[in-house]
Amino acid sequence: MRFLTISGPPSSGKTSVILRVIEALQLREKKIGVIKFDCLLTDDDKRYAEKGVLVQKGLSGALCPDHYFVSNIESCVTWGHENGCEYLISESAGLCNRCSPHINEITAVCVIDNLSGINTPRKIGPMLKSADIVVITKGDIVSQAEREVFASRVKQVNPGAIIMHVNGITGQGAFELTSLFEEASDIETLKGKTLRFSMPSALCSYCLGETRIGEEHQTGNIRKMDI
Amino acid sequence: MKATSLYHKPLAVTLEEHPYIEDFLSSFGLEIQPTTTSLEEYLDTLDPDLLEDLGISSEQLRKSLDDFLAGMLALQSPLDKVESLTIIGGRDKTGRPEHIELTLRPGEVVCIVGPTGSGKSRLLADIEWVAQGDTPTGRKILINDQVPDSKWRFSTEHKLVAQLSQNMNFVMDLSAEEFIRMHAESRLVTNPEEKIAQILEQANELAGERFSPNTPVTSLSGGQSRALMIADMAILSKSPIALIDEIENAGIDRKKALDLLVKEEKIILMATHDPILALMGDRRLVIRNGGIDKIIESSPAERKNLIALEELDNKLLALRNRIRGGETLENI
Repeated sequence: MRFLTISGPPSSGKTSVILRVIEALQLREKKIGVIKFDCLLTDDDKRYAEKGVLVQKGLSGALCPDHYFVSNIESCVTWGHENGCEYLISESAGLCNRCSPHINEITAVCVIDNLSGINTPRKIGPMLKSADIVVITKGDIVSQAEREVFASRVKQVNPGAIIMHVNGITGQGAFELTSLFEEASDIETLKGKTLRFSMPSALCSYCLGETRIGEEHQTGNIRKMDI
Repeated sequence: MKATSLYHKPLAVTLEEHPYIEDFLSSFGLEIQPTTTSLEEYLDTLDPDLLEDLGISSEQLRKSLDDFLAGMLALQSPLDKVESLTIIGGRDKTGRPEHIELTLRPGEVVCIVGPTGSGKSRLLADIEWVAQGDTPTGRKILINDQVPDSKWRFSTEHKLVAQLSQNMNFVMDLSAEEFIRMHAESRLVTNPEEKIAQILEQANELAGERFSPNTPVTSLSGGQSRALMIADMAILSKSPIALIDEIENAGIDRKKALDLLVKEEKIILMATHDPILALMGDRRLVIRNGGIDKIIESSPAERKNLIALEELDNKLLALRNRIRGGETLENI
């Protein structure tokens, strides 16, 4: 089973890109599974189900989304394998820019859009900087020169990645991206694998539900600004 | 290529020779000073806790820097010359073979015509992907009569194709001059100021209405944006092939625009329905049902009609200018 982690900032076009890739994989008669991670609410699982692929939905609710991801991904991979998926795709949003779901030896994709601003690539952490493939979306909205400038900013923070332009609406570029997916890591289980980068940590009183503001309510792993 | 020697010289020298290293490190939130220590020593002494806060490991940073420097050196090396582009036909949507082998050379203009949804974009995408029978059309693309290196597919430094799409919107909050400077810097051109001045001058020549270098790109008119992008493509882009998705009529001198690109020795493929642009091309590929249906060479009679069409077009342009100038059109 070929397994890929796909992540990216909210609204960058992850679901649309994955839907276009699914269409291209289905033309090749592949059995596909998708795991959609989100926080509070998502209907994207229905959009996937409409395409006739197997779907699992995970909502992290009150927990840190990426910690939730890493505690569940192993059983998701086992599920995909047991159900005979030839391709398994996990989709998760990077919400704090310091998170990253990417796993060593597992093909990692980051989706980012041309409209997000010229400094955004710098602001995104390991989710972008350690990805193997960076997909840039919404290229039809801007000019060629602006696409080139944005891609060079991405290239600067992740010079080793393959950068691809994909249009999630028309599907332009999805066919080409799919041929890269055919070379994705082939696995049966995540046993023994490690994350590419540690997740942001905390464990302070606020992690445990504290709501009151003030020095006396702060315990655990606290860091102060230098003002 | 690993630029090993560069890691051992004093930073004062390295940063002078490769100023982009500073920009690279600052994009990770790191600072560097031109001191007597070497880049190697600088990397060795970075605090692991600081790196963890910045979201990168020491190994990852070193690997990225290696890749970045390799890319920068590649950008400075000359591009392989493209003498010819050959399209070997595949099949249309019904599986009917195209039976076509077409070779294009620098300075040639080929128009692509056909109804919406007929497969014009797929043809342009096959060329950009340097297809080798691995796309839905089964077409093959040769460069200089050979199966090209697959590096063309993913290289951002040496892109085979520069694409000018119909959409010319800008979202960046920059003036025309700042924008072109940023683009020139990303391409690491040797004499940026000269190139920027050239592009702005050319763009003003192509556009019906002049604009100043300080105009924000977001306030340019449609014609001015198109003019700026065509000048930028002609002067800044090293890509030997230009794919153009229609140059719209309004506010730009299309003949001059095309001449500018031809002068830069590019192979030009242009999707268009505009009779003037279509007749300016050396030939037209007619796309039907996903396949290249036929190739029409522009005939002498068509060339003669082009002159008549241009007169008609100039007449309309003059009327447009009169309207703009507040005149009436009671006598035309």
